[in-house]
Amino acid sequence: MSVEPSPSQRGRIWFEALTGSEGIIADASRSVRVVDGPLGGERTRFIAVVPDARNRFPRARGGEVGLDEAWALAQHVRHAISSDRDGARRPIVAVVDVSSQAYGRREELLGIHLACAAAADAYASARLAGHPVIALLVGRAMSGAFLAHGYQANRILALDSAAVMVHAMGKQAAARVTRRSLVELEGLGERIAPMAYDIRSYATLGPLHRLIADVNADAPGPTDVERVRAELLSAIADARAGTRDLASRLASPAARQTRAASIAVRRRLAEQWDAA
Amino acid sequence: MNGASPYDHRRFLERSSFIEMAARERARAILDAGSFRELLGPFDRIKSPWLPLQDIVAQADDGVVLARGTLDGQPALVAAIEGAYQGGSIGEVSGSKIAAALEFALRDCEQGRRILPVLLLETGGVRLQEANLGLAVIAEIHAAIIALRRHVPVVGVIAGPVGCFGGMSMAAALCSRLIVTRQARLGMNGPEVIEQEAGIAELDASDRPLIWSLIGGEQRFAVGLADDLQEDDATAIAAAVRDAFAHALPPLERSAQVERFIARLAAIDPQQPLDGATLRGLWHRGADL
Repeated sequence: MSVEPSPSQRGRIWFEALTGSEGIIADASRSVRVVDGPLGGERTRFIAVVPDARNRFPRARGGEVGLDEAWALAQHVRHAISSDRDGARRPIVAVVDVSSQAYGRREELLGIHLACAAAADAYASARLAGHPVIALLVGRAMSGAFLAHGYQANRILALDSAAVMVHAMGKQAAARVTRRSLVELEGLGERIAPMAYDIRSYATLGPLHRLIADVNADAPGPTDVERVRAELLSAIADARAGTRDLASRLASPAARQTRAASIAVRRRLAEQWDAA
Repeated sequence: MNGASPYDHRRFLERSSFIEMAARERARAILDAGSFRELLGPFDRIKSPWLPLQDIVAQADDGVVLARGTLDGQPALVAAIEGAYQGGSIGEVSGSKIAAALEFALRDCEQGRRILPVLLLETGGVRLQEANLGLAVIAEIHAAIIALRRHVPVVGVIAGPVGCFGGMSMAAALCSRLIVTRQARLGMNGPEVIEQEAGIAELDASDRPLIWSLIGGEQRFAVGLADDLQEDDATAIAAAVRDAFAHALPPLERSAQVERFIARLAAIDPQQPLDGATLRGLWHRGADL
């Protein structure tokens, strides 16, 4: 069994640092924090999933995206969409530190796949409705949890810190499933960028709008917070100036190199799509 | 669901198993006879750049068959995942083929050229050898389905034997209509991964009746997490796909029915034991529509 000794608090720390608030804590679950706070003079919705040792679902106590968390994300994002239908679309910032989706028999039975899809749907729908959606990676952005919380953003920002990582499966689990040792897995990551866990390797794949260096990720001071707020504002402006799809992820210099195959698929498909 | 009993022997002998078909045959079986035209086929040789670095032979279509054709004369697109190749796993190329095809279908729909999209899902999820690129392209598939289904229903089929897992289970959940067989499984985390991560007391992955009672096609249909339950019969599944496009859509896609599912979950007490049969009693089709 993989039990984390103490769940990461980075999501909560950054949520509180950026908003000056604990967030509105929903009645059912203390694990999803949401608040509308000012950012550059504009009301901005901040959302985070944080650990909750008293979560009613035992498999979602360590900061995982479980059933209640995923549906709550969908609800909070859709609330912003419906509130802004006839006015300015407020920016939405997903503060991301999620260790995984919740693994459990009950979660599967009750449709955690649909719950995560509902969260992804809400974020994507917000993006399509004209909300600038920004994901700020401050800790782990793992697998289905990241797909549900952050991966549908217009722009993805990440702190350049050792504990910030993106992957399809936790390191220990991936080692067990692929029957490799941790050392072998780490060796592969050094040779093959998409296999790596660290955020600098992830940046070489091209999806990041910005990797934010020289910030104290564990205990941010006022200067750190101001720098990140400035980066958020710049990403929001960039998102508003761009298209509402995810095309920018393939347009970065890093993506043009590392994701040459993805680009080739689109180029060749364009040639064949309408051919007789 | 069609009314015929699964124990009707004559029907059983006459039918053509969809599950036993490879992805290319499945796409042909869905589309109108003679209309199949493959895009980015094996002769285009767009292969995974990442597998050879790990001494794994890359297949020339990367395990996804894309085809244009027609359904009852209407332009259609089928993306079929080959479950026999790397467990139907989604790598950079296979996932980009699906995402790009949906993006082109979206462009056509926006320009007034309606095209009917069908996803034949047979996948364990992200290909761990391409880990972060698999995850990235699955996010792109999600984005494309969500954008496209505003114009036209996106129809998914899970037949088996692999089932549909990981980030691709979210893609199945995003489909406007989802067709399953009794042999299908649909879940976020594969049973083996749950057993490994949470222990055999949480889930015994070798207990097949238990697994199907939780995430099997019949159970998913019974609790409203799939829309149509079909026999393993290529003709019946092809007809069900056509029927899905003729069907009136609900005012809200399932993945947008937030209040409904929050209410459903609020009635669940995680302290109490819960099995598939009990959930059917609580969440039977239409109980709260």
